Order: sequence, then structure tokens, then C-alpha cells
Amino acid sequence: MARLDITKKLAVLADAAKYDASCASSGAKPRKDPVKPGGIGSITGQGICHSYAPDGRCISLLKLLLTNHCIYDCLYCVNRASSDVQRARFTPEEVVQLTLDFYRRNYIEGLFLSSGIIRSPDYTMEQLVRVAQLLREEHGFRGYIHLKTIPDADPNLIEQAGRYADRLSINVELPKATSLEKLAPQKQAGTIRKAMGGLRLRLDEAEDERKRSRRAPAFAPAGQSTQMIVGADGEKDSDILASSANLYSGYKLKRVYYSAYSPIPGSSQSLPARKPPLMREHRLYQADWLYRFYGFAMDEVVGATDGGMLDLDLDPKLAWALRNRQRFPIDVNTASREELLRVPGLGVKSVDRIIDIRRLTTMRLDDVAKLARSAKVLRPFVTALDWTPGASLDGTHLARAVKRPAEQLSLF
Amino acid sequence: MREVVLRAPDDYEGWRDAARALAEAGVPAEAVVWRAAADAPDLFVSPPEEAPSGDRRALRVPRRFVDLAELVACHRDPERFAFLYRLLCRLQDEPRLLDITTDEDVFRIEMMAKSVRRDRHKMTAFVRFKEVLVEGAEPAYLAWFEPEHHILALTAPFFVERFKAMLWTIVTPEARASWDGSALHFGPGGSRDEVPAEDATEEHWRTYYVNIFNPARLKVDAMKREMPVKYWKNLPEAQLIAPLVRSAGTSEARMVATPQKTVPKRAAAIVARADEARAERDAPPTAMGNNGLEALKREALACTRCDLHQFATQTVFGEGLSTADLVFVGEQPGDKEDLAGKPFIGPAGALFDRALGEAGIDRTRAYVTNAVKHFKFEPRGKRRIHKKPGVGEINACHHWLEEELKILRPRLTIALGASAIRSLTGQSASVLSVRGTVLSSALAGPVFVTVHPSFILRLPDEASQTTEFGRFVADLRHAKARAAGEDSTPAATGTLL
Repeated sequence: MARLDITKKLAVLADAAKYDASCASSGAKPRKDPVKPGGIGSITGQGICHSYAPDGRCISLLKLLLTNHCIYDCLYCVNRASSDVQRARFTPEEVVQLTLDFYRRNYIEGLFLSSGIIRSPDYTMEQLVRVAQLLREEHGFRGYIHLKTIPDADPNLIEQAGRYADRLSINVELPKATSLEKLAPQKQAGTIRKAMGGLRLRLDEAEDERKRSRRAPAFAPAGQSTQMIVGADGEKDSDILASSANLYSGYKLKRVYYSAYSPIPGSSQSLPARKPPLMREHRLYQADWLYRFYGFAMDEVVGATDGGMLDLDLDPKLAWALRNRQRFPIDVNTASREELLRVPGLGVKSVDRIIDIRRLTTMRLDDVAKLARSAKVLRPFVTALDWTPGASLDGTHLARAVKRPAEQLSLF
Repeated sequence: MREVVLRAPDDYEGWRDAARALAEAGVPAEAVVWRAAADAPDLFVSPPEEAPSGDRRALRVPRRFVDLAELVACHRDPERFAFLYRLLCRLQDEPRLLDITTDEDVFRIEMMAKSVRRDRHKMTAFVRFKEVLVEGAEPAYLAWFEPEHHILALTAPFFVERFKAMLWTIVTPEARASWDGSALHFGPGGSRDEVPAEDATEEHWRTYYVNIFNPARLKVDAMKREMPVKYWKNLPEAQLIAPLVRSAGTSEARMVATPQKTVPKRAAAIVARADEARAERDAPPTAMGNNGLEALKREALACTRCDLHQFATQTVFGEGLSTADLVFVGEQPGDKEDLAGKPFIGPAGALFDRALGEAGIDRTRAYVTNAVKHFKFEPRGKRRIHKKPGVGEINACHHWLEEELKILRPRLTIALGASAIRSLTGQSASVLSVRGTVLSSALAGPVFVTVHPSFILRLPDEASQTTEFGRFVADLRHAKARAAGEDSTPAATGTLL
């Protein structure tokens, strides 16, 4: 086989990585290790999106596979052993060079490196760790590094990975263990969960060590995350959300990424060949948000679904509010923070603002509307100094009235 | 009318000093005209006067105003300095004004600050350096950027922090910032021609950009919202956007419609080899003087006898000496046990260990297990709340306990709490009514009953915790003596009917 030049490899191995949704470079703390002379990089904590692809997704990291050769045969994956896709493999040095070249020109915040499994999980993990080690130790790189962790790999390798990387992730792949058995016969839900559990214990330990001594070495300071493919195997949103609640509570994940199953070239006959369900993916992120930042229990979110599926026309908070009208209207001048967070159209920021303002003055509907995302959505659910929604809350047309008109996607 | 001329369009310090003096002197906002040196002079302004001396009032401003003013001073709005001064004056009479976000002025200052913050953020994102190589010199990096507001000085420290070891210059239309490796210098603005049009790495960057884009997910509006078109002309990747969007439909259709032509010949062999390696790794160990507990444990790892396996991390099997005289049976693994796969290692486990130590029992000479081997919990935010296992789950898991006890054949089994009693005797009993007694179990023989260590942890006050801990230790001593045949008091045998 002819050797590929680096441009060609980059094309193959970036293409192979494009189905992975996670790209965030947020949540990391600046590295305080002694600066190597000639070292480069910093971390801001919020992360910076340096570009956007026409799919609307942020490009913050150089997202690559070290290789797309793989000994596994997961049906949903373009890199499965039986796929006839073109194969390539970077050397660790090549990835390091590309990362530094891009970083120096301010194209990226860092590297997100994943890999197909070659030879064995341990061998593959060693190669990933090698890249991070070169970047940190040889080049004094202080930007962001996210490594995909191979669930079966030796704990010593995971330990090393955590020393160099800001974030580690292990993909759960599919929300239901039965789907995983069907579509990824070589991966086991149990092995994946065990690896996440091990990672969480190690993260807790590192946090304890840090409390005792500020000089304790960091271990994946930006925590762990995961990705779930949505829409590949007929699972319901309620399955997905239950799975997420389990992941957040059990493994303290920073993020669960949802990735609408996207048709892959030469995909298996048993998978849906259609447009990825992007709106569904969006609703799942919103539901996830309600769980993490708005004090909703997953049961409540699931309770507002239609047979386990989130409404594609209504955001999940509005869907919940419409099914729980007895809890409204809420008085913006007296309600607690928890109650205000349940009002459709109010976000965490607006709620905190309302709480500041009402210490000084009594709010009118116009004042609230100024802070809200949409006054139209908000109105039926609140009372203010000069406003009560009257009977509109009981009206049968309320859902239609507050729904946003369907958006036509522009075709450029 | 007074005029204040500031040194530069982003001269926050100049504004602050002047504003302080004017406000202390009680000069009303309408009586001052502000301009930066680069702005055109206001035609209707009289020459500056000395600030009147006389009554001066002490100024008070909230910290938040200072932060906002520093940002807003960089806004391109020509009225910014006057507006800030007016707000400063208002704050003297309305000290909590900034909390009223619905006030017109407060709303405006917040919006202006937001706009400056966004512009800064976009600058940190969209500056693109081009490498300039000159023989015999270190490579230099040059960038051209057109900010919306006067943010260069405010944003330059970000680039210093990030690119400390590089020599770089960012040129904007009104000023430039240069880093020489040890100090930051500001100079006059320039033009785009000063910065090379191309950089050798751009080809790689564009290759990456094209290939990381998934045509099946086209969302042009989302892209434009975050990367407004005004920035595109200086982004090397932006020239690809239009062709990518145009071809997305066909690319997607091709992805959907192209069935795989051939399966690579080597695929089957690769997968078979990998499967083999895994089977070898997962195979139960062949009898290495093994008593069967290892094999049982391996079998239990794949247990699906009840639904608990779906969400628990793993089966937490019993652990200890296969020839132990004492077997302890708890309820179910907790959060930490579930993560680590070992019984009794969390807070209750620590208390258990302490009690064993005081009772003179060596845990490594005993065997510790649970009635239920998967963790049952309720997810709540970032925590999992322990849920008591139901009878169905205890019964489903009974199989494993039974098999364990068949191999272990202990002298005495100690039931820690109600779930253990239930599993070992098949009966429900309140722990406190049978505590300290020995029940008989068809499965395990004599079963000594005591509380579960988590019962002690849940007690609200320290005094009762100490008392109960003492009672627990006494129970364990009693059990130890009994197993050793030293305790001959037969009186304490309870019955359960």
C-alpha cells in the first residue's frame, strides 16, 4: 500500500472523527506546572470556539483519530473492521506537529484525540497517551487535551492519560445495553460503566489529594464526559434520559453529548438510512439542561413526554408547564428561585436578575419581559404588579398560542 | 460647557480621573462634553475651564460599575464617555441603581458591556496568525484583525499569556500590539497588506475544516449566528463555506444511498482474531486450586436475574477467605462499592472495619458479602440515593448467596440488618426484636443477628452513635466467641414464625 502524505492522512482521520459530537474545551483550569522554556498555550476555563463548520458545530479542538483501523465491528461506526472506508494512521509525532502548527496560528484550543482499536486496547491507549506526553513534556504545551479512553485498557495507562489530559471520555455509544449487544457485539455496557466508575473514583481521589496539598498532581481536571448515539436503534427519549440521569449521578460526568445518528457511507442495512434527527437531539440537550441547571427530576421531564418521546414542536420546559398548569401562574414578585426556574421563557440568568431587582422595586410585566427570552411564552405563566393571565392559562389553545412558528431552514 | 479630551479612544483611566474630579465638584452631566483625541472636535464646545474648587463630595460607586465602565469605555459609541459620566452622577443619588436591570440606562450599559465582551471573545477566537520566516531570525507571527470596538489593549494580554514564547504582532486599523518575547508594545494602526496573505499551514487547516464537517447536519444559521459573516474575510477557512454548503445535499444523499460495495477481505480475520483474544481474557480460570468462589464470581458478573443490573455499575460479589469461620451478610453495595466492585468499602464499610478491629476480628480471615449484589439507587442530580432492595430483588439474588454459602460452610453467619435476615431465613423480622439472637437457617445453619453498620451512621447525634457503636462491637465479640465455641449460652436462640 502506498504511503499517504500528511494532508491525505489528515483528510481521512478528520473525516473519521466527524461523527463525534463532543468538542468543548471548557471546564479546565489553567495548568500551573512549571513552564518549560519555549512552552506554549493557556486555558481560559470557558473554552473558545475558533471556528464553526457549516453544520453549526463549534470547532474548538483539533479533533482527530490516531488511526481509523479497528479490530471491532460496531455496526453504527464508519471505522468498523468490515467497512470499506480508506484507512490511515498517524504517528504520534505527526499529530503533535499538526496540533502545535494549528495552535500557534490560533486556529484551536487544543487537541481531542480518539482512535480505532488496533492490536489491543492497551496498545491503542499507549499510543494515545504517547501523543499527550510528547505535547506536555517535550513541547511544554499548556493548551487543552481531551483523550478518548479505551474502556478495557490497563488502569496504569488511564492513570497516565489523566496526568496529561484535561478531560477523559468514554463513550457509552448507545443508551440501552441491549442495543449495544446488537450493534456493537464486542463492546459491553458493563465494561464501559466499570471504566467510568473507575475514572470517577480516581477523579474523587485526585480532588481529595488536591484539598490536602496544592501541589498534588492534577488528574483530568476538566473531568469526564461521554457520548450517546441517538436514533440508531429505536430507543425512546425516556430511555436516553434515564441513562443520562444514571450517568450524571453515578459518574459525575461533566457532560453527556447526544449525537443524532447520522448515516455513514456504506452503512449497515440494519440501521436507518435517513437524515439525522437533529431536532430530537436538540430537545434532548434542552431536557438535559433542565436536569442539570433547573432542578427538574428526570421523572418530571419524562412525565411531560408523549409515550416517552419529547415533543419536537415544544421545548421540554414549556411541554412540562403545559401539563402542570395547576402550578401556575407564578408571582414574579414573591416566588422562590426554584419556582421561577420553572417558568417557560425564564433562564437561570433572568431568574437571578429578577431576584436582585425585586428587592428594590415591584416588577411589572414589561420589566420581566425585558429579561425574558420571549414575552409571549412567558405571559400566561406569571403574575406581576400590573398583570394576571386570567383564564388564558386554562384555554385549550394555549399550546398553539405559545408555540413558536416552525422555522424554515435557510438554504444559503 | 466643559470639554474633556481623552488621550485615546479606550482611555478608561483618563475618563475615570476626569469623571472623579468633575463629579466630586458636583458638575452636572449636561455641562460636560467628552471626546477622545482621535474623534473630531465638537464645534460647540468652549475651551476647558478649571474645575471649580469648593465643596467636594466623596464619590461612591459599586465595584460592578467600575467593571462595566472599564468595558464600556472601549465601546465604539461616540457617546460612551458622556453616558458613563451621566450614570456615575445618577449613582450618587441612587446607589443601588445597577441592580435594577430594567432601568433604561442600566439596560443600556449592560448591553454595551455585552457587546464589548462579545467582541473581545471573537477576537480571541478569530485572530489568525501567519508565520513569517526570515533567515537567521526566529519565526514571527502576524495577524490582521478588525475589531468592532476599541478592544486591542484590553485583549492583548490574552495573547501574551497564550503565546508567550512566540514573537507576534496583531495589526488593527487603529492600533497595533506587538509582543517581543518579554514586553508588549502598542503602535499605530495599519493595513491588511502588512500581513502576508497566505501561510503554509492553511492548506492543512482547510483540509481539516472540509473533513470535520458532516454534510448530513447542515445548519447554516447556527454557524452564522456564532461566526458572523463580517469576520469571514480574514478567516482562511471561510472561502470553503459556500462550496461546502452547496454540495452538502449531494454529499448527504451519497452517504445515505451508497451501500457498501465490498467487505474488505481481511475484515473477517481481524474480527475473529480479536474475538479470540477477548474470549481468552474473559475465560474463567481453570482450576488452580480454586475453590469455586472465583468461578461463581465470574458467573455472577453477568447476572441479569433482576432489573438492577441495568443501571448498577457492576456486580459486587462477596470477598474474603474461602475457609472463613465467620461470614458477614450485609444488604447491598452502596455508591462506592458499586464503583469499585468491592463490598463494604464506603463509609459504612469504614465503620464496619473499625468495629471488627475493636472486636478483635481479622477481616482478612472472614468473608463479607451482601444479600443483593447490585446497587439499587435513585439518581438525584450529581448523587445517587440508596434505595432499599425489594423482596423480589432479594429473592432474585438469593441464588448467589446460596451458592456462596454452600462453598463457604461457615461456623456462623452474621446477618447485618433486615435484608440479610430476609435472604438467609426467608422471613421478615424487625432487626431490633431479634438482635443478638441466633436464628436457624436451612441454608446457612446458625445465623447471628445484628444491625447494619449504616444504621449507626444514620443516627442523628454523636452520643447515640457512640452508644450504638459500642453495642455493635459487643455483638461482634459475642458472635466471635460463639463461632469459636466459647459461648455456651444457648438461651439466646430466637425463633421466627
